[in-house]
Amino acid sequence: MLLAIVLNRMAMALVTLAGVAVVVFVLLRVVPGDPVSMMISPGATPADIAALKAHYGLDAPLLTQFGIWVKGIVTGDFGTSITLHRSVTEILADRLPATLELAALALVVAVALGGGVAVAGTLMSRTPGEAVIDGLNSIMLAVPDFIWAMALVLLFVVAIPVLPLTGRIDPVLAVGFRTNFYLTESILTGRFAVAGNILSHMVMPTVALALPLAAVITRLLKQSLKEAMVQDYVLLARIKGFRELRLVLQEALRNAVGPTLALTGVQFTFLIGGTVIVERIFSYPGIGNLAIDAVVNRDFPLIQGLVLLFGLIFILINIGVDLTVATLNPRLRHA
Amino acid sequence: MEHWAPASTTSAADIGPRPPSAAARLARDPKVVCAGGFILILIILAIGAPFIAPQDPLAQNLLLANVPPAGFSGAEAGYFLGTDGLGRDVLSRVIFGTRVSLTVAFVAAGLACLIGSLLGLFAGFFGGLVDALISRLVEIWMAFPPVLLSILLVAVLGTGLHSVIIAIVVIDWTRFCRVVRTETMGQAQMDYVTAARSIGFGRPAILFREIFPNVVPVLIALLTLEMGIAVVVEAILSFVGLSVSSDTPTWGGMIAEGRQIVHEAWWVLAAPLAALFATVVAFNQLGDGLARSLDPVLRR
Repeated sequence: MLLAIVLNRMAMALVTLAGVAVVVFVLLRVVPGDPVSMMISPGATPADIAALKAHYGLDAPLLTQFGIWVKGIVTGDFGTSITLHRSVTEILADRLPATLELAALALVVAVALGGGVAVAGTLMSRTPGEAVIDGLNSIMLAVPDFIWAMALVLLFVVAIPVLPLTGRIDPVLAVGFRTNFYLTESILTGRFAVAGNILSHMVMPTVALALPLAAVITRLLKQSLKEAMVQDYVLLARIKGFRELRLVLQEALRNAVGPTLALTGVQFTFLIGGTVIVERIFSYPGIGNLAIDAVVNRDFPLIQGLVLLFGLIFILINIGVDLTVATLNPRLRHA
Repeated sequence: MEHWAPASTTSAADIGPRPPSAAARLARDPKVVCAGGFILILIILAIGAPFIAPQDPLAQNLLLANVPPAGFSGAEAGYFLGTDGLGRDVLSRVIFGTRVSLTVAFVAAGLACLIGSLLGLFAGFFGGLVDALISRLVEIWMAFPPVLLSILLVAVLGTGLHSVIIAIVVIDWTRFCRVVRTETMGQAQMDYVTAARSIGFGRPAILFREIFPNVVPVLIALLTLEMGIAVVVEAILSFVGLSVSSDTPTWGGMIAEGRQIVHEAWWVLAAPLAALFATVVAFNQLGDGLARSLDPVLRR
């Protein structure tokens, strides 16, 4: 039953999230270096420090602090950021859209690129072209987003200076938005010049995030296509005189796409994790970039909120993948 | 599925022509030879850095800042890859940078392998509550974005090589744990385990003397892949400014400096990036080759 799968996964997800909450909470507090010691001036007296700690509730016993935090989370209140002096919920709601747009665009690019290369490689089966694709792909599989990002900087900022290095949008254009989904909103409202400007800022981070995922998709999909192409139904279609491209796209792809879909979902969580460093490199104002600042400043409430948010996103993606796979595979549906 | 017993205990005469040994197969694989050769060169560079590097990697010379690499106009003799913003020799810094990268690769990946495999062996062999606990722990761990977790860990542990290594171990043991757990579960179903049990072997003996040797091939391949990942994580931490102190040249630290002055001196970014790229690809190709020739399933 699909519903049973959903409920089961939801229950497990809650346990995992609770675990994440405990781990991050304990981790932040058992080690030296608290936010107060980061913000006091050299002349502060012990009384000043105690007063600051009391202000942020850091003087209460650990269990009490944890209780207050959990109680807040249940009501949607993640506390107040110590460095930004704003509600963590608000900050996350502000920054999340930028990351979601980046990750979604990167996913689309990765699927299109990885799928396209896999199909091309299958069409070129047993030719030198296939060997080139396989060779390049085995190298691409090793290269992480961090290296791609820096290589893109060298290519499009130094060698052929056509792309802006940092930011999400030209500051002068960042006006009149009702939501923080800048790209989506500008396209929906027909402000295509603005959308173009946003896209030019997104090219490098998107490609850096997409390439490792594209390589994984290419490898697995090409493997599955290869297996599907020797099945009887493809042979039958070939005898009927279907063209090779149609064989791959209409006959083989439909049956080969399952495993790739499942893996893409899992790998998508890695892509989201990769936004942390890629956003940093391009000063892109999403939650990843925010996370590094929060950690460096020991902003406990913000770090806790961010880690839970990342955990939640990962778990939601995993549930989504399980559901998609179960829906597509009738045998699993009744398991 | 065919599983080879450890070579030393297999009698070649009993099973007909002996298959070529793993080492012989590896030596014939050009990818493995190239990748292994490259890593060997890196090891030599790391150990012999003070003798091989043309300049002192820390010596500043502001009169020779941002000198381009040989072949570009304005190049200076003796600075083959140019100099950085403080006039330090880029080539020498890349050579010295291999030290931190390789230390992290071997120590961090090795420790992650040790801890992850032990937990994976226990989870796969004992099953039940042990497996449930360890698997749940892995799942909680996987819910953290790895880069964020490593930055978090280093931020709380304080910067330095030790913290970087601990952070990588804490993040990456899960990879080994998951693979070894699955592999152990498969091995535990095999007849040789039943045989060992029936002749009265204790559980520790079965686990470490019978099952473990059969998990080793997968483990070696995974360890090599992990070394490449560890090198990148160290570079990322250096880039964010959370690795070793800025007195020690690291590829990630150089990349961060190069990123700041990319418009004036692109080579400060390009040189360590190329080194990082080649190293990661080499570890990966080596791991791939090892997996292919050591894993009886992949070999076919």
